[in-house]
Amino acid sequence: MNTTIMLFLVQDGITNGAIYALLGLALVLVFAVTRVILIPQGEFVTYGALTYAALASGQMPGTARLALAMGFVAFVLDLVAARKSLHGRLIARTFLTNIVLPGIVLAVTLYFAGQKPPVAVAMALSLVIVALIGLSLYRIVFQPLAHTSVLVLLIASVGVHLALQGLGLLFFGAEGQRGPAVLSAAFTAGSLRFTGQSITVYGITIAFIVGLWLFFGLTLYGKALRATAVNRLGARLVGIRTTLSGQIAFLLASVIGALSGILIVPITTLYYDSGFLIGLKGFVAAIIGGLVSYPLTAGAALVVGIVEAFSSFYASNYKEVIVFMLLIPVLLLRSLAAPAVEEEKD
Amino acid sequence: MSALLSVTDAHVAYGKVEAVRSVSLEVGANEIVTIVGANGAGKTTLLSAIMGVLPLKGRVAFAGQDLARLDIEDRVAIGLGLVPEHRELFVTMNVEDNLELGAFRIEKSRAKASIERVYTLFPRLKERRKQLAGTLSGGEQQMLAMGRALMGEPKLLMLDEPSLGLAPIIVADIFRIVTELRASGVSVLLVEQNAQAALKIADHAYVMELGEFVLSGKATDIAANERVAASYLGFQHEGTSVL
Repeated sequence: MNTTIMLFLVQDGITNGAIYALLGLALVLVFAVTRVILIPQGEFVTYGALTYAALASGQMPGTARLALAMGFVAFVLDLVAARKSLHGRLIARTFLTNIVLPGIVLAVTLYFAGQKPPVAVAMALSLVIVALIGLSLYRIVFQPLAHTSVLVLLIASVGVHLALQGLGLLFFGAEGQRGPAVLSAAFTAGSLRFTGQSITVYGITIAFIVGLWLFFGLTLYGKALRATAVNRLGARLVGIRTTLSGQIAFLLASVIGALSGILIVPITTLYYDSGFLIGLKGFVAAIIGGLVSYPLTAGAALVVGIVEAFSSFYASNYKEVIVFMLLIPVLLLRSLAAPAVEEEKD
Repeated sequence: MSALLSVTDAHVAYGKVEAVRSVSLEVGANEIVTIVGANGAGKTTLLSAIMGVLPLKGRVAFAGQDLARLDIEDRVAIGLGLVPEHRELFVTMNVEDNLELGAFRIEKSRAKASIERVYTLFPRLKERRKQLAGTLSGGEQQMLAMGRALMGEPKLLMLDEPSLGLAPIIVADIFRIVTELRASGVSVLLVEQNAQAALKIADHAYVMELGEFVLSGKATDIAANERVAASYLGFQHEGTSVL
């Protein structure tokens, strides 16, 4: 192997690793705040990617209708939950967020669907659609289960993953899709060629990580989210609603997922079920970070990306096997280092 | 004038076991009320249920409003505060962030003034404001827990065993601050095993045994009661039997 190939593989690995880092961070965030292991994270990726690809090629993505349908269910659930103390402001608020907003998004999507909108519009619409789906998902599935055990939440999470994957097949069909690149410029440095897309991936990943860091470190809502993750009862005692934290966490996770998808789909052909494997690699990174540490997760994600790039060069048939095998030594080490943990008490 | 907090015929159960039975109590404005009793009497359970952490059967009204339909967060918003026995601090966040979050439901402009007030009450917290809550000493953590609750501008602050495991000098400090709170218009419902100290500062007291109130009255009367003196204050009068 020569240096050029090595550099190329490292570059490829870092591009993928950056995406896994975003996904891993979202998984850690959602788990810390809601105790949900977010298996449908991969569906956020495919929904984002394929919605973007569909819009860019002038088709109408079914996800926009799904967002409205789920919003309607969430609206009904909100009304039922508050039936004893219904008041105008509450109804207006839930109507606005669950019906009006997805309704407007659907209308805008219908308007643009036939006429190949510019990349920025397609991107923004895809992000908003998936964000709405993520929010409703929390309201419909995970908020009613908030008091149950991690195991119940995990089972629900698997169920959601399967359901969304099935809907994905319905919306996007079985064929793979590719989307247009966000940036088409490219330049060469020495023997390395940097495409606009890979630069976009680096830029957006870094911007997102810095943004999250600022959000958690400086804003009241960011701190409230951390507080819920550290001590749920303590957070409630200062008036932070667990549901509010859950909504923010799911909102961030779905936006991160969709964004990752939009960043990948110009590079790789994505199918309705590709998200699972991509999400799983973010999950490997999150596990290496112990589902708590953000920096460790981001670092591990880069390692996962690079290992994947090298194994696809040397033993492409075994590339997934090698990536997932990374988990075994990590889990072994962790099990040796950590004292036996009792079943969670809440 | 009606009481700030009134609890009528409250029952709290863990499954089939009733930990609190038919308890009624009142806390007036600008009043310190204490509930004394042995370990396991149900004091903590009662406070948690008033806050909405545990389900309660019976009637709880706060500032004239029925609390039945309000969850913990709503109760915080209308001026009820609880400093729980285990403090429930955000241990991986610093003192200032803990305090700032205490004012989550309060307007930002008012929170700025509150934080200065808390720092005046607990100068130690100001010295440690950039330190992580989990690295504070037990006494400082108790101060932070109280400070965080005060940031929410409660009308009634419920304190669960604030003196537990603390050095006597810190306990004295905390009790002094409780009386200062009353002076500044915050009512306090204080649950304590250290009955002697609690009765000294309280206006009104209830004695709890096995989930029920067995005695209530002015704190000075309760402190003078022989039965209470024998079982909770650690001295025995001639000729009285210990329960």
